[in-house]
Amino acid sequence: MLQKITTGGEKVIQCLEREGVEVIFGYSGGAAMPIFDALVDSKLKLVLVRHEQGATHMADGYARATGKPGVVLVTSGPGATNCVTGLLTALMDSVPMIVLTGQTITSMLGKDAFQEADVTGITYPVVKHSYLVKNAADIPRVMKEAFFIATTGRPGPVLIDLPKDITQGPCPAPFIDTVSLPGYVIPGRGNPALLAKAAALLQRSRKPVLYVGHGAVISGAGPAIVALANKLGAPIVNTLLGKGACPEDAANHLGMLGMHGTAYANKAVANCDLIMAIGARWDDRITGKLSEFCKDAVKIHVDIDVAEFNKVVRPDVSINGDARLVIEDLVPLVERAETTDWWKEITAWRKQFPLKYAKKGGLRAQYVLDRLDKLGGRECIITTDVGQHQMWAAQFCLTTKNRHWLSSGGAGTMGFGFPSAIGAAMATGKPTWCVVGDGGFQMTSCEMATAALQKVPVKILIINNSYLGMIRQWQELFFDNRISGADLEGNPDFIKLAGAYGIPGKRVKRAGDVDKALRWAMAYNEGPCLIEAEVVKEDNVFPMIPAGAAIRDMIIEKPKVRMEKPSGST
Amino acid sequence: MASSSTTSPRGTNFELDPGKAPRKLSVADITTPPLHTISLLVRNKPGVLVRVSLVFSRRGYNIESLVVSPAISTGGIEGAPGEFSRMTITCSGDPDTLEQIIKQLEKLIDVVHAIDHTGQSVIESELVLVKLKADLKNRTEILQVAENYRAKVVDYGPESLILRCAGDSDKIDALVGLLRPFEIIELVRSGKILMARGLEET
Repeated sequence: MLQKITTGGEKVIQCLEREGVEVIFGYSGGAAMPIFDALVDSKLKLVLVRHEQGATHMADGYARATGKPGVVLVTSGPGATNCVTGLLTALMDSVPMIVLTGQTITSMLGKDAFQEADVTGITYPVVKHSYLVKNAADIPRVMKEAFFIATTGRPGPVLIDLPKDITQGPCPAPFIDTVSLPGYVIPGRGNPALLAKAAALLQRSRKPVLYVGHGAVISGAGPAIVALANKLGAPIVNTLLGKGACPEDAANHLGMLGMHGTAYANKAVANCDLIMAIGARWDDRITGKLSEFCKDAVKIHVDIDVAEFNKVVRPDVSINGDARLVIEDLVPLVERAETTDWWKEITAWRKQFPLKYAKKGGLRAQYVLDRLDKLGGRECIITTDVGQHQMWAAQFCLTTKNRHWLSSGGAGTMGFGFPSAIGAAMATGKPTWCVVGDGGFQMTSCEMATAALQKVPVKILIINNSYLGMIRQWQELFFDNRISGADLEGNPDFIKLAGAYGIPGKRVKRAGDVDKALRWAMAYNEGPCLIEAEVVKEDNVFPMIPAGAAIRDMIIEKPKVRMEKPSGST
Repeated sequence: MASSSTTSPRGTNFELDPGKAPRKLSVADITTPPLHTISLLVRNKPGVLVRVSLVFSRRGYNIESLVVSPAISTGGIEGAPGEFSRMTITCSGDPDTLEQIIKQLEKLIDVVHAIDHTGQSVIESELVLVKLKADLKNRTEILQVAENYRAKVVDYGPESLILRCAGDSDKIDALVGLLRPFEIIELVRSGKILMARGLEET
């Protein structure tokens, strides 16, 4: 009897199994057929999506919710190019992801074969690393390295381009358990001398602020940061992606900082004498005008990526290492700092500038999200799309658990929210709220088929103002209210649209109906459901620091006078 | 990996003593952008050159010269023959951007290390081939210049000469300057290669 020879495709799938992969998000196609064929005999679960971009965001949501790499399998040419946005999203936010792309047979590479695209070439700038496998014997090594690279150090997406003859042909190569990557070093603990220096500076500070980013979420540094904050008597602020690292409902937590952060968080940052960034990268949404940003404050920067030091801000102390290990080592080195007066100031700001919104004049998105928070949103994973609803959700939906807040930060990818919720719900089984705008939802709404098929407990909350609200807000504030390309007339009936996929939905138009609808969705866990909140069409997100302005130029409510066009990036 | 828990060997050149770290210098201080020389040890893989050049082009920086060659010894790293290559890159840029470029180069998986040799004492060398129109009238003069620069005549034709000269870039510049009054038909320079002195790593 002939012994069956393992094909390259089977080897790929076996390598995935050995890496502990459980789910693949994919879309089939000609050049990927040998790999899809190998899936028939595998216990790996294949989630067939409706568009490759959806697959990448699902894998992204899966990875953000668990820390495990999300895996995508698509075909060559257009299948692969549809993944570019998802790769960028994952790279910008340091999300571990493996993207397997089919490719034309090696003898046809570069000859404009059907559905051929130079995928490694197209994706160089949006991957942490990539491979074009031209020899089946390389498959075990490449797969092992890819997972190692994607998940270690600063995580990121890795792409593997697999020509069809390689996956179809035999691959007798043995599995590999070690990797050899000279020059690739994974930072661990911080330099003791620098830790001591940071501790001394923290000790001397009278107005410290701990500024927590996504790196703290990824490394699980939250408890250590809370311990440090408590011991020092320092307030915590977090970035959009840092939400959840430390519980936002704690007394020493001031919420989100930056362009649409809370006024008291921004006041604290603007007036601090020391700011310590933990797994955060001084993004332009945070700093505003750089020359004014914390210009007299001592800056300490903890990051796993040395390239972040001196990139935007020149810190006084830069500690390279894993955020959790660094902060754990730092906690024993500090004592309580003298911050009583600082807290008096902060408490006064909290009283003077609370988050607020108009209660009259129709249903407000802020009210809906506030109610979501109060009715159990903190127990659920919340994913968002990009725009006004994202900022309101960040402000009003407090995140108290690590990896419970998923949002596209660096790339600001519209269309991210819904598929990422599917991935997160599949990974965790937890009820997952997906807060989206009417614009972004339509970019990936075809994945309702995937969600319905997989029966995931995803609760879609559409904040529908029939506008690209953030664009409209800028045009109102900075462009003399000349609305251009922001009016989404022609939106579908979202309840009917959901109904077409067999997803139950409820429309909410009045504040009085919000609780009932939210409770209904909370109780419905048999599959996805949808709430469409028809909110006030023209509302603005405040506080706001115009792009490129200094933090002290923050506006709390709509100014009476016309404002200058912002100078900062986007 | 053996050294998975070591701290920050990458980019350590830039971790100045933080207490003494100078505040950002005003870019206006710099009148002409100085040329920097970076040496890279890379894994010899398809695409490594694209990855390296993208680090420059993304920031709008141009590579002035680039030399790639197989690496024989790799300083403590066991490598099969042909597994590693060396790159020597000359580029211009302000110090802040250059610092970012080096760090981003080091982040590339296929880059084993990237070292900026600007301001260091290094052995550097470049090769030039010059094809000149040479008739009976000016041949002697050209040969005199060549002799003074230890340039070798590698092709001697009835109407042309090819000179070959090796040396540091300034010397090559000077030679080319002196040959310019004669009729240069073609000129090819190899780009700069360098090596750190003593036991320093290149």
